Amino acid sequence: MTATTTARTAFVPPTRFAVPGRIDAGEAAVEWQTATLTEIRRETPRAATFRFAVPAWAGHLPGQHLMLRLTAADGYVAQRHYSIASAPDGSGHIELTLDHVEGGEVSGWFHTEARPGDQVQVRGPLSGFFAWPGDRPALLIGAGSGVVPLMSMVRHHRERRLSVPLRLLVSARGPRELIYADEYGTETTPVFTRTAPAGVPVGRMTAAHVAPLLAERPDGGWEAYVCGSNAFAEHASRLLVAAGQPVDRIRIERFG
Amino acid sequence: MNVTRGFTGRPRVHNPGLPPGQYDAGDDWPVLSAEVTPDLAASDWTFRVDGLVERPQTWDWAAAHALPASSYEGDIHCVTSWSKFGVRFGGVSLDTFLAAVGPHASATHAVAYAHTGYTASLPLADLTGGRAWIAFEYDGRPLAAEHGGPARLLVPHLYFWKSAKWIAGLTLLDHDEPGFWEQNGYHARGNPWDEQRYSGD
Repeated sequence: MTATTTARTAFVPPTRFAVPGRIDAGEAAVEWQTATLTEIRRETPRAATFRFAVPAWAGHLPGQHLMLRLTAADGYVAQRHYSIASAPDGSGHIELTLDHVEGGEVSGWFHTEARPGDQVQVRGPLSGFFAWPGDRPALLIGAGSGVVPLMSMVRHHRERRLSVPLRLLVSARGPRELIYADEYGTETTPVFTRTAPAGVPVGRMTAAHVAPLLAERPDGGWEAYVCGSNAFAEHASRLLVAAGQPVDRIRIERFG
Repeated sequence: MNVTRGFTGRPRVHNPGLPPGQYDAGDDWPVLSAEVTPDLAASDWTFRVDGLVERPQTWDWAAAHALPASSYEGDIHCVTSWSKFGVRFGGVSLDTFLAAVGPHASATHAVAYAHTGYTASLPLADLTGGRAWIAFEYDGRPLAAEHGGPARLLVPHLYFWKSAKWIAGLTLLDHDEPGFWEQNGYHARGNPWDEQRYSGD
């Protein structure tokens, strides 16, 4: 999209929108590619990380997702969208972290059947609105496996030694359910809703968790990324708005 | 065909209402809006149709409800692969609004925009002929805010991102003007039966 080739003035809605696209997504990845499972790592009792070799992977930005397809012998196909967990590292590998969803035909296959060497089809990366190119200060809030696309951002920030501020608030039922628990650094504040280590409070994310982060007021302001269930996304986004975060700087990705 | 070793999938159910690549979400109705759910009261809601029309017009809640009621009972399909069967929406046919404003013959497309500023682009032909509504009710009750209440656009024969929540207006144009998801790599039309998910499909 170049301004010089656009003769018409683009339509501007009378109301300004939250979340204008972060990148020019352009033509979406049309081709399905074969992804070969190379490694499975357990994260929590319910979640595991699946690493794939995708030799022709076009690269992605942290926060983007892909579509994954499994095909049965009779031609039956199941496809799902999954956030990419790994940072864009040019290695020809990508990682997904999947919950074992009760009755889930795709996550069920991954958690009970899949082993290294298995091949699936992927298409991506997809969508630009939840992407974080590493340019603006990033305030990340996730719950459960909603932390997955946010972790791609944390890893990217770390691997590229970016100096732009980045903070992560991550909610989990307890330490055992906290995905990527060993990887977090000083940028991360976990919130435990059911059980917590001694001395750590138990309870839902509140305004008190959000306030000190907004008080940091980084140059240019925070770009907030919220990911989790709809109930969590509604709760966290309301906390952000109440704390003064502009609605057009809050990007939300909900499970579904 | 790239068969996945060991994958059998759910029991096969013959469902001619299920477009390719979709699954039946059952009772679930996932919420996928990318923005903060607005705090929009019915008394603050308005709906405007303008652009290439004879008589641009704005309806408020009472004026929209004074129009003949029309309902949709059927299925909806989300680009993320879920479909939901047997849903029931109540509202007003978009044909009624369009008849009031008188579209110019040159109008071929529309941008639907929300009170949040979300936009979706649609061919005008997909908004006429009893196939699109402004919906206020779901299953006989006021439409919940997270599902677009007090009022959303409903274009159930296209992927559901076209059915803009918190609908604020339609601007009729003589060209396609990509909306939010269309600018983010999604298909210009979004017909689930042709699996038009992404640009290039």
